[in-house]
Amino acid sequence: MDALHSFEVIRPKTVDEALAARIAHRHSRMIGGGTDLLVNIRRRIETPSVLIDTSDLTDLKTIEHGDTGLSIGASVRLFEVAEHPNIQHFYPAIAQAAGSIAGPTHRNMGTVGGNLCLDTRCIYYNQSEWWREANDHCLKTELGDMCHVAPKSKGVCFATYSGDLAPALMLFGAEIDLLGPDGERTVAMRDFYIGSSRQDGSKGDGINYMAIKPGEFVVRVRASSPGRLISGYDKIRIRRSIEYPVAGCAAALTRDDDTLTDIRIAFTGTNPRPVFLEGTADLAGSTLSDSVLEGIDNLCKDQLMSMKTTFTPGHYRRRVATQMAKRLVGQLFNAAG
Amino acid sequence: MPKKLVSLTLNGKQHDGVAPDNMLLLDYLREGLGLTGTKTGCDGGECGACTILVDGRAQLACLTLVAQVAGKSVETVEGLSSNGQLSDVQAGFHEKLGSQCGACTPGFVMATEALLRANTNPTDDDIRNALGSNICRCTGYIKIFDAVHHAAALRREEDPAPYPTVADQAA
Ligand SMILES: Cc1cc2nc3c(=O)[nH]c(=O)nc-3n(C[C@H](O)[C@H](O)[C@H](O)COP(=O)(O)OP(=O)(O)OC[C@H]3O[C@@H](n4cnc5c(N)ncnc54)[C@H](O)[C@@H]3O)c2cc1C
Ligand code: SF4
Ligand code: FES
Ligand code: FES
Repeated sequence: MDALHSFEVIRPKTVDEALAARIAHRHSRMIGGGTDLLVNIRRRIETPSVLIDTSDLTDLKTIEHGDTGLSIGASVRLFEVAEHPNIQHFYPAIAQAAGSIAGPTHRNMGTVGGNLCLDTRCIYYNQSEWWREANDHCLKTELGDMCHVAPKSKGVCFATYSGDLAPALMLFGAEIDLLGPDGERTVAMRDFYIGSSRQDGSKGDGINYMAIKPGEFVVRVRASSPGRLISGYDKIRIRRSIEYPVAGCAAALTRDDDTLTDIRIAFTGTNPRPVFLEGTADLAGSTLSDSVLEGIDNLCKDQLMSMKTTFTPGHYRRRVATQMAKRLVGQLFNAAG
Repeated sequence: MPKKLVSLTLNGKQHDGVAPDNMLLLDYLREGLGLTGTKTGCDGGECGACTILVDGRAQLACLTLVAQVAGKSVETVEGLSSNGQLSDVQAGFHEKLGSQCGACTPGFVMATEALLRANTNPTDDDIRNALGSNICRCTGYIKIFDAVHHAAALRREEDPAPYPTVADQAA
């Protein structure tokens, strides 16, 4: 047994206690199910001095559903989201995304807060310490000065965001409620994930991928009412039982007679952020024709930026993602007919 | 690393022990308490060999800290048999050859135990969904389906289906 680095575990009972612990320990990290963080700690990728466990925070364990929308607490476990009858009925994409995360035992452990804040991933990063040392550390662990995926990246990291819930929630204009030393604030999910990896440094990247301030933590996520949107989630992975996505795609649409009246698409596993495809509104207004599918193709070519951060090549992941989007849109359009 | 008192229910009995905050439940069970039935199969979260039950649900002991289960109920494979008699799930794996090298078996047995508490008549799909976090490199899984069906029949107090004969299989 290799001992883990020394750290303290705090298990607050209330959100106020959690905030107090967060303020008292500036370098603390929240821990939900630990299915991401403890893997990183075991590999010495991360060495936080204090872990604040969210699993006793009763106030954050509720799922509320009403006319105005859906609210899911950060401590809710993934299996609860996947099995919730109202989420299955009104927000199938969210239930299906939750039900496709890792394997069943992981879903008993993993929380919504942990899934939303899932660390970005890369084959040069998700490795043991000796592997990383032997192959030269990269930028993301702050021990190296080069990105192995894009050596000319000028300090930018392209590690991939691969959480499954985020793209599904984005279809419904979701917002994240954060609590921190300066109080509570709400951030639209599309502004929360900032991993654009632009080389002009204007926005975040695979290292700095969330708009979360020091000491803040996620308390809940809220999605607006689906209205008439019908939605679904699809995911390609190497092993179907337990695996991160090669690419994941969430889509929602409305159909009136033969006309596609609204269409929304979002991806995970492609960029250092979940990608809500911009420009799909221009594709609505006609039936689901070849030109709509070609439009999806073009938007994907423009906005999906898959790099060689996984065992599958980047261009392959982009094609898989695009194909999955077109297939899913076709299925939803038929189902709505 | 300072040790702390931890109290939990372990295999149905009150357990008071000491462990530092940075100790994994897997290491505590195996090296602290000598409960080596729970296996280590990977470097974290990939294989299911370490599956135990926490408050009745399957969890991975290799991605759980002792500090996180204080006050909870933990069940390991050692808690299943009584008076030297295999439990129904263990008997199913034994009878149907659901175990070969055995490294994955305690994990599969615990995940199956959690499944049968919720559903005593699982379909193949139910089994696939419940055991999806567990990996076996020996059996090819077919025998594991047989083992779970056998165990489920025992749990329902029915006679398990007999082994198919060579003639049945040819038919
Ligand atoms: C084999 C395997 C396969 C996996 N496959 C998938 C997959 O297919 N899809 C997928 O999405 N994930 C996958 N995962 C990752 C993980 O299991 C899930 O993402 C899970 O939802 C993480 O939740 P958690 O509560 O366990 O997170 P934790 O490990 O507890 O936390 C993850 C991160 O979020 C932070 N955090 C936790 N809660 C909060 C909060 N309330 N506020 C702010 N920050 C917080 C932590 O500090 C940490 O950085 C896989 C993991 C393994 C081991
Ligand atoms: S993309 Fe580059 S910097 Fe980021 S984790 Fe991978 S190798 Fe490291
Ligand atoms: S030891 Fe492999 S999942 Fe726990
Ligand atoms: S019996 Fe050998 S790994 Fe399953």
